[in-house]
Amino acid sequence: MSKSSTPAIQFKDVSRHFGDVRAVDHVDLQIADGEFFTMLGPSGSGKTTCLRMIAGFDQPTSGQIFLHGTDVSYLPPYEREVNTVFQDYALFPHMTVLDNVAYGLMVRNVPKDKRKAEAEKMLELVRLPGLGKRKPSQLSGGQRQRVALARALILKPRVLLLDEPLGALDLKLRQEMQLELKALQEQVGITFVYVTHDQEEALTMSDSLAVFNQGRIEQVGAPAEIYESPASEFVAGFVGVSNLIRGPLAKQITGSTATFSIRPEKIHILKAGEKPPSEAYSAGGLISDVIYLGMYTRYEVDLGGGNILTVAQQNLTTTKGKPLAAKGQQVQLFWEKDHAKQIGAK
Amino acid sequence: MPSKTVNREERAPLVIVGMALAAVLFLNLPVFIIFVYAFTTDSQTFTFPLPGLTTQWFGIAAGRNDLWEALGLSIRVALLATVLAMLLGTLAAAAVSRSKFFGREAVSFLLVLPLALPGIVTGIALRQTMGVLDIPFSFFTIVVGHATFCMVIVYNNVLARFRRMSWSIMEASADLGANSWQTFRYVLLPSMSTALLAGGMLAFALSFDEVIVTTFTAGQDSTLPIWIFSQLTRPRDRPVTNVVALFVVLIMAIPILLSYRISQRDGETQLNR
Repeated sequence: MSKSSTPAIQFKDVSRHFGDVRAVDHVDLQIADGEFFTMLGPSGSGKTTCLRMIAGFDQPTSGQIFLHGTDVSYLPPYEREVNTVFQDYALFPHMTVLDNVAYGLMVRNVPKDKRKAEAEKMLELVRLPGLGKRKPSQLSGGQRQRVALARALILKPRVLLLDEPLGALDLKLRQEMQLELKALQEQVGITFVYVTHDQEEALTMSDSLAVFNQGRIEQVGAPAEIYESPASEFVAGFVGVSNLIRGPLAKQITGSTATFSIRPEKIHILKAGEKPPSEAYSAGGLISDVIYLGMYTRYEVDLGGGNILTVAQQNLTTTKGKPLAAKGQQVQLFWEKDHAKQIGAK
Repeated sequence: MPSKTVNREERAPLVIVGMALAAVLFLNLPVFIIFVYAFTTDSQTFTFPLPGLTTQWFGIAAGRNDLWEALGLSIRVALLATVLAMLLGTLAAAAVSRSKFFGREAVSFLLVLPLALPGIVTGIALRQTMGVLDIPFSFFTIVVGHATFCMVIVYNNVLARFRRMSWSIMEASADLGANSWQTFRYVLLPSMSTALLAGGMLAFALSFDEVIVTTFTAGQDSTLPIWIFSQLTRPRDRPVTNVVALFVVLIMAIPILLSYRISQRDGETQLNR
C-alpha cells in the first residue's frame, strides 16, 4: 500500500460531551499514513472516546473526523475502512477461531472456500496456524489477542485501531507482544492507532504519540521528544518520573523563575571531595530515601523548599547494600545545563 | 448430569443420603401413585392393594372427545403464549439492560411483579379488566392471561444472559462490516439462543399446567388442567384422569429436561421462577 501525503486520520476541532462531561474537548490531530500512533493518557482522559469516534461507535458532538481525506464523522462503523482490536478481544464465543477470523469476509458474502483459505493465512500471520477449529474459550489470553488481530486485519483495513489490547496480559507476555505488534505493523504497512495508559508501552512502540489529559491533547511528538522535552508539567509527570524544579530554588540554580524538568538518570551525585564541572547546574540536598531496584538505584533527594528530586544511578558495579547506607547523607548533585528543560519552552 | 463432587475424599454420611432419599420420595411418591392407579381395575375409589391391573383406561381416555379438545386447546394456548412471551420478554430485557431511561428500575420491577403476585389476583384483575373493556372470553383471552407470567420467565432468562454478555461483540460485528440485521442474525441471536430457548420451554410448561388464571379468563373453554380438575368432581372413570396425568408428566418432562440441560451447560440460566 502506498503512503499518501493525506493524513490517515484528521480531527478538526472535535468535541464529545456526555451531558456536562467534556470527554473530548476541542481536539485537533493529524495521524500520518503508515504511522504507529499512540494515544496515551490516564483513564478518563478522552483517548478511548477518540478511538471510538474513529471506529464509528461514537459520534462527535461537534467538529469533524476525516479518514484519508473523507469526512466520516457520522458514518456507521460498518461503512468505515477501519477495524478494531478490542480491549476484551470481543471474540464471538459461539464461533470457532477460524469462523471468527473469517467473519468480516462472511458478512461480505465471500465464498466459503476463499474465506477459509484467507483466514488460515491470517492465522499464520499472527503465528497461530492450526488452531482454527478451537473455540475462543479454549485459548490463552495471548492467543485470543492474536485471533482478535487476525480477525481485524483480514479485511485489509487502511487503519487498525487497538484499544489497550495488551491490558489483560501479564508483564512478560505484554513486553513480547509489544515488539511483535510493532513488527507486524511494519510488515503490513498500515496505520496503527494504539490506545494505552502505559507510558512505557507508548515509548516502546510508537512512531509518534499524543498525550491526553482531561479531554485535551497536551503534546504530540516522537517518543524521545515527549520524554526529553515535555511541554507541560502533566506530560513531565505522566511520561517518566516527575522531577520539577520551580520557584526560588529554580532562580537560585538556573537564574530563571520558570519551572524546569530534569530526568532522574541525567542527574549525577558527586562523590566526596569532587567538584561539579563548571558548565553544569548543581544543587545540594539531603538523601531522604534510597530504593534499590536491581538495574539501578533510586535516590530521593530533598533540596529544601518542597523540591524533591528523584535521582537514578545505574548499578554499574556490584553494590550489595552499599547504596542503602547513603540514606540521610548530605550530597551534592549536578546535571548538564542542556538537560534541564524549561516546561513549555520550544 | 454426573456430579463432579461425587468422587471427593469422603462419601456423604448415611444420614445425609437418607435425608436426600426421603426428600426425593416426598416429592415424587404422589406422582408415582398416580401412575400406579392409572392401571387399577377399580373405577370409583383408590384402594390398596390394587384389586387388579388393566389397561382399559387408556382406551377409554383415547375415546373421549372432550379430553382431546382440552388437550388441543392447551397446546395451542401454550404455543401462542410462549411465542408472545419470547418476543415481548426479549424486547423488554433488551430495553432494560441496554438503554437508560427515566423509570427504568420501576419498569424492571413492574415486569417481574406478575410472578410475585398470587395467580388469583392476576386472574381477578384480568377478568375485571376484560369486563370493563367488554372483551368476550375466548381463546385469545386465555393466551393473554398466560402471556403475563410466561413473559416474565423469558424476560428473566434473557436479561440474565444480556447482563453477562460482553456487548463489545456487537460492536466488533459492526466494525467488521456487518449491518444490523447480520449482527442480529450471526452474533446476537446465537449468543442468547440458549437463554431464549430455556425460557421459552419453561414458559410453555407453565402455561400448559396453569389453572388459576385460566379459570378467570377462559369462559366456557376447558384447557387440559381445567378438564382434569372438573373430572375430580365426577366419581366415574376416575383412572382416566390418572392416565391423562401420566401422559402430561411424560410430555412435560421433555421441555423441562431440555431446558435443564441447556441451563446446566450454560451454568447460568435460571430455572426457578
